[in-house]
Amino acid sequence: MKTFGGPVLFLDRSDINTDEIIPAKYLTEITKEDLKPYILEDLKLPGFDPKGPKTGAARVIVSRANFGCGSSREHAPWVFEVNGITAVIAESFARIFRQNMFNCGMAAIELPKADIDLIMSHAEDADAAMSIDIEAGTLTMKGGGQQKSFSFEISPFDKALVLAGGWVDYADKNY
Amino acid sequence: MGRTTAEKIFDAHLVDEPFPGTKVLRLDAVLCHEITTPIAIDDLIRRDKDRVFDPTKIKAVIDHVTPSKDTKTATQAKILRDWARRHGIKDFFDVGANGVCHALFPEQGFIRPGYTVIMGDSHTCTHGAFGAFAAGIGTTDLEVGILKGVCAFRQPKTIKFNVNGTLPKGVYAKDVILHIIGRIGVNGATDRVMEFHGSTIADMTMESRMTLCNMAIEAGGTSGICMPDMTTVDYLWKFISNDFASKEAALAEYSRWCADADAEYEQIIEIDVATLQPTVTFGYKPDQVKTISEIEGTPLDQIYIGSCTNGRLEDLRIAAQILKGRKLAPTVRGILSPATPAIFKDATREGLIDIFMEAGFCVTNPTCGACLGMSNGVLAEGEVCASTTNRNFMGRMGKGGMVHLMSPATAAASAIEGKIADPRKYL
Repeated sequence: MKTFGGPVLFLDRSDINTDEIIPAKYLTEITKEDLKPYILEDLKLPGFDPKGPKTGAARVIVSRANFGCGSSREHAPWVFEVNGITAVIAESFARIFRQNMFNCGMAAIELPKADIDLIMSHAEDADAAMSIDIEAGTLTMKGGGQQKSFSFEISPFDKALVLAGGWVDYADKNY
Repeated sequence: MGRTTAEKIFDAHLVDEPFPGTKVLRLDAVLCHEITTPIAIDDLIRRDKDRVFDPTKIKAVIDHVTPSKDTKTATQAKILRDWARRHGIKDFFDVGANGVCHALFPEQGFIRPGYTVIMGDSHTCTHGAFGAFAAGIGTTDLEVGILKGVCAFRQPKTIKFNVNGTLPKGVYAKDVILHIIGRIGVNGATDRVMEFHGSTIADMTMESRMTLCNMAIEAGGTSGICMPDMTTVDYLWKFISNDFASKEAALAEYSRWCADADAEYEQIIEIDVATLQPTVTFGYKPDQVKTISEIEGTPLDQIYIGSCTNGRLEDLRIAAQILKGRKLAPTVRGILSPATPAIFKDATREGLIDIFMEAGFCVTNPTCGACLGMSNGVLAEGEVCASTTNRNFMGRMGKGGMVHLMSPATAAASAIEGKIADPRKYL
């Protein structure tokens, strides 16, 4: 199983789409590693630098509603994976992106807006970090001398995919 | 209790329900293109599982960048081509026979009512026009589909759209779906099937129904679905005439996939098309729509007619009707990409290609190319394109470019004026 948690990258906008996560012109790369430099290249957000140290250090992304909308490209979860980001926490996800995350053994976790608001309040904390316990369904946000825990639900199937390390292994064993 | 079309298809294809709410379905068609399939193939080889569940149910095409523009795209094409040959996948469409997947595969008769269809492409929802459950998925789902012929889905809820009335002059399926997306938002149908009913849909051709279902994903929808009827049977007849004694017999068989009158919907939305106007997007999300009167006059640099949304013969006819005897404004360039070779040939035979070329359009081979900024019409920074495609995301057709989505008629009128223009004055 992959590990989940670490420094947080805050992307405070709804409807972040897969073209912003990884532009189509890079879909001609044949290996996942080759995608690495292009993470979030076309995302325009105040104060956000796709090549900045916060992006490089991040292990978790926190965002708003409908994260990952648009194309079916699994290059979006892959570009996160090769950059060490294995979990996205958001108010909601587009279906294909969400399933792609779990299919790769990564986590797409939904929290209510009020919880995301609380987590987003740590956006300016230099030490903002999250720990995630998939089995227990809890995550803890730390930063600026504060700490707060949240509980979440993922479907039993998605949890099984995370535990199995992804859908190919799971399906090969069961079908 | 009655069932929706998706519920009927789920019930008929259920292989397993490993957890409540998760349904593993048997697949009737697994569609592949050269962008999302090669990494699945590579992974299968790495796992020592380079097999396919059924070569007759796998269809593959090179469409996103074709003919290949560089070594990387040539390599992607080669991986797909070699794999199709290795596994005896007969329905593989290479350079010369290839076209935009969601136009090509229906045209080949591969999609039938009641089918389950997946593809590593978000616009797979297009195929719901035939009364199928058709969903875009990622490369891992595709990989499992290729290997095992199954895919897992959450049982989707269904939103019913009752679309009624006669389409006014200058208003087409594209305007209807842009209006719907504007009404429900870019995540208004996430994890939902969008079922289209009503007199407007009944009057639509299969081409128009495909345009409608194609953009279900832009509202987050898993699949658009239209009810199979005699229009569906007529379209498919050349492929199914040996299977049925008569068209009526085919209709009787296919009708069992129609939603029951007492099916339960999460929501029912009424759309009266009589009041619709030509509709165009602004901004960077497909739910940011305006009526033509609110946006006409916006200056343009490029006009693009093509794609899985609006690159079919019907679309070319509508645009050509407006362009006939007229010229592109000198400040804009026009690009036409007929979506398949058959469409290209028919359009040539009907004289449509002449009309486009005399108007000053560049006519390219069938490809997805410009729609996602990969080839054949990428925008420069700050340029604006009037496009019959499906996504206006920032940078979609080229970094720093702006895309306005619209119907082929509105695109043609805009080509003439060099700015977003009302097609109704040319009809």
